[in-house]
Amino acid sequence: MNQATTDPVSRARRQERSPFARALNIGLVFGVVAVYITVVGILPMFNTRWIVVGVVSLGHAALITIGLGAGAAVTARMKASEFLPLALASLFAGAIAGGLLALLALSMQFLNLRAIFIALSPAVQKTLTFGLGAPTGPVVLILASALLAVLGAALARAPAGVRKPVLAGLILVIIFGVFQELIQIMMQFGPLIGGLRDAIYTWEGLSPLGALVIFACGCGGALLWTSVLRAPLQARFARSALVRRGYAGVARGLLFVLLLVLFPVVAGSYIGQVMLLVGLYILMGMGLNLEVGLAGLLDLGFVAFFAVGAYATALLTADSPHALASYTALPSLSYWVAMPIAVACSVIVGVLFGIPVLGVRGDYLAVATMGLGEIVRVVVQSDMAAPLLGGAQGILQITKPKIGSFELADPVELFYLTLAASALAAYCAWRLENSRLGRAWMAIRDDEDVAQALGINLVKVKLLAYGLGAAFAGLAGSIFAVMLTSIYPSSFQLLISINVLALIIVGGMGSLPGVLVGSVALVGLPELLREFGEFRFLFYGAALIVMMRIKPEGLWPSATRRRELRASVQGAAPDDPREVAAQAAGQ
Amino acid sequence: MSEGAANRTLLPKLSRMSRFTFVDVVLWGLRVGVVLIVVGGTVGTLIKGRYGAAQWFDFLLFGLTIGSVYALVALGYTMVYGVLRLINFAHGDIMMTGAFSGYFVASHFADTGLLDRNPALAMLGVLAVAVSTSTIIALLTERLAYRPFRHVRGLAPLICAIGVSFFLEQTFRGAFGSSIRAYPDPKWQRQALSIHGLSIPLVEILVVIAALVSMLILYVVVQRTRMGTAMRAVSEDADTAALMGIDVDRVVVFTFALGGAMAGVAGVCYAFVFKQVYFFMGFTPGIKAFGAAVLGGIGSVPGAMLGGLFLGIVESIGPALFLDGIGIPAPYQLRDLIAFTLLIMVLIFRPYGIMGERMAKKRA
Repeated sequence: MNQATTDPVSRARRQERSPFARALNIGLVFGVVAVYITVVGILPMFNTRWIVVGVVSLGHAALITIGLGAGAAVTARMKASEFLPLALASLFAGAIAGGLLALLALSMQFLNLRAIFIALSPAVQKTLTFGLGAPTGPVVLILASALLAVLGAALARAPAGVRKPVLAGLILVIIFGVFQELIQIMMQFGPLIGGLRDAIYTWEGLSPLGALVIFACGCGGALLWTSVLRAPLQARFARSALVRRGYAGVARGLLFVLLLVLFPVVAGSYIGQVMLLVGLYILMGMGLNLEVGLAGLLDLGFVAFFAVGAYATALLTADSPHALASYTALPSLSYWVAMPIAVACSVIVGVLFGIPVLGVRGDYLAVATMGLGEIVRVVVQSDMAAPLLGGAQGILQITKPKIGSFELADPVELFYLTLAASALAAYCAWRLENSRLGRAWMAIRDDEDVAQALGINLVKVKLLAYGLGAAFAGLAGSIFAVMLTSIYPSSFQLLISINVLALIIVGGMGSLPGVLVGSVALVGLPELLREFGEFRFLFYGAALIVMMRIKPEGLWPSATRRRELRASVQGAAPDDPREVAAQAAGQ
Repeated sequence: MSEGAANRTLLPKLSRMSRFTFVDVVLWGLRVGVVLIVVGGTVGTLIKGRYGAAQWFDFLLFGLTIGSVYALVALGYTMVYGVLRLINFAHGDIMMTGAFSGYFVASHFADTGLLDRNPALAMLGVLAVAVSTSTIIALLTERLAYRPFRHVRGLAPLICAIGVSFFLEQTFRGAFGSSIRAYPDPKWQRQALSIHGLSIPLVEILVVIAALVSMLILYVVVQRTRMGTAMRAVSEDADTAALMGIDVDRVVVFTFALGGAMAGVAGVCYAFVFKQVYFFMGFTPGIKAFGAAVLGGIGSVPGAMLGGLFLGIVESIGPALFLDGIGIPAPYQLRDLIAFTLLIMVLIFRPYGIMGERMAKKRA
């Protein structure tokens, strides 16, 4: 799929360049990235979050990473065996990257850039110049970044026995520093753990001493793993029979489920809320996965099904003048009755939605479904539908689900509902994937005409994809409605469709574990780093581009995809003369 | 024997009947429903007679204005599609970048007073900056995001394009803020000509003229220059064009530059009409302009122009003409509904558009 990026001719051409041209190139790329994150406002936002209180903020860490990365990139691109030319080249690349940032800092001092770029506040300038003012600050910045690049190159060239523990320690420190609120909440239990918490954390975040301790733990753990534990464990795993490995898989799965059940209890209701949201996106992701991942129908109007589920639940259960119970003979239903009806409504809408676009293919389908989704939103928002659906004011006072007299009000309790729903949905999705229908979907994804010629009923199969995908989204929407207890049309933007699409692409199209990975990475993480929220869509856009270029199969590709890709790599004989020539040139 | 004969005559009939499926029923229902609404609404509105000739004229003029902006954006879609078979999803956002950069220049000129003293010079400056910004951004997206997908089939290029669209929007949001900014509004822009009692806002005339001039320039470039000829050849058949010695890479770059420039003009015009800029402003006009490009037959330059004008006029007249007549409250809220319905109807029933029969055969 990514044949263009690994085009042998251009790669061969790239290797012909002189080392300094290459270093210049790398320096420019890293410098532009640094300037970009500053101008867009990511750096200022990072600056507000300490990793080690009073010493290093996340913003510093980002700049340091860019410096180190420039050196590491130079090392990766150059195959020089001696260290000196490498060090010179990385020094140069680092200086270029730092120079671009210094240029930005200088122009911030002399021009009033803030009138246009709102993120470039004096505080940012102070960070960039270390509070040193015009001539010295930028020079220090350039020197620092050049030295960091050399350090990065040295680290990249260092033997794995050194590099891995250092990296592990650094990453552990960053995790403990960035997620300090979450980790502190989890460490509240017992005098022993509480004492440990007091030792490494102040109430603002990680203390310098704590950072050292954690770095040491990370280093030591990594050393222990690589030198003592890994070899025997791998040997044992290799020796164990296939059957036992299967049991191990089941045991791991059970452990994972147990962890999921217990985690929100330990971590508190905020984490419960985040996990609930992640669960809802997993549900939607599994639905869209049926459509896009298996059947290849790129549906950008997916949010409409989510909205139908939410609105149906609201209309059936709410205690408001818009509810059906208030002006028809229908009784006000309990949530457990309303939820299946909401899902059924979503399925019906999904099928109705699918019928007109049956004959539309590929790119046009994406635009057509997006148009349908937008139509739903415009209609719901308009005054025309306001008497029925509440218009822009939405529907309020949706009652929470009850079991007996026990109300599922807390996010953690709703999370368990979502977990149960997700488990059921995952089971259905897993069975569907390996069913006759699932294989038919994959057939129409690969080639519609051939699939039809093989006797697959396109109409039936496609409508089933829309309907079943919509069922998952309707279920998510139904839980969403009771989560918020009020729904507004503005909650159902196109952004949600893109969000779901991004998460299944990051996780891996057509892969169920991929949906989980994608939701945690794209929904859970930004939610945990609250100030991140503003930039989450920027990351989605970047994630879509980068994933499509570097890893189109996703972070956790499905077995089928993996097999296909591997087969194509092995089986592809270089019959293109250009390719053969390039390979010869490369050797 | 007679039974067999009866079977033979009956069977084809039955099978023809059974081919008329539920799906066809729904599709015909859709067609009939839309036609009924259009006809019923028109008749209703005309009987009610709420709008006078002057108002219809205003609607028509506004439709022409906004339509010419859509036409400019649609040109970018249609040319890129012709050359690369790629829907440049981010094209609406490229228009937004032009509008934004034009806004900064215009507000600077408004502060210094140039916008009032020498409107022609000031607007030329605004246009120049907007056009160069959106051209540069279009070229950057081509080089960084689309070129690696030149030979990739399937959904990957489209998904990448959606990513580019988001990336551009959110970059502008991060760098320039998420608030809606008011475009400078000097006095001369609010003037109106009056001919035979009909008043015509000067802004609309200027926008239509700017759009027409740009389209004329584009048409000449595409039809008369060597590069334009090469572009048409590539959109006819890229492989054959390459065999004939055309540098396809250069043609693609040229196409993106042309599309970006048109989007820049469109951005200035759009901001000029609606008097505001914000980071999400490119999305809806972008989708509508894509609809216009499909309506005119994607890949066809005159088709995109006509499609844009048609869409603009329908969208402007539609709420009053079709929806008011059937008694829908606040029909102007549903203007986007009309545009999107048109888009979907075109995609479903006539994906090859009005003038694009040639491209349609290749797609299928």
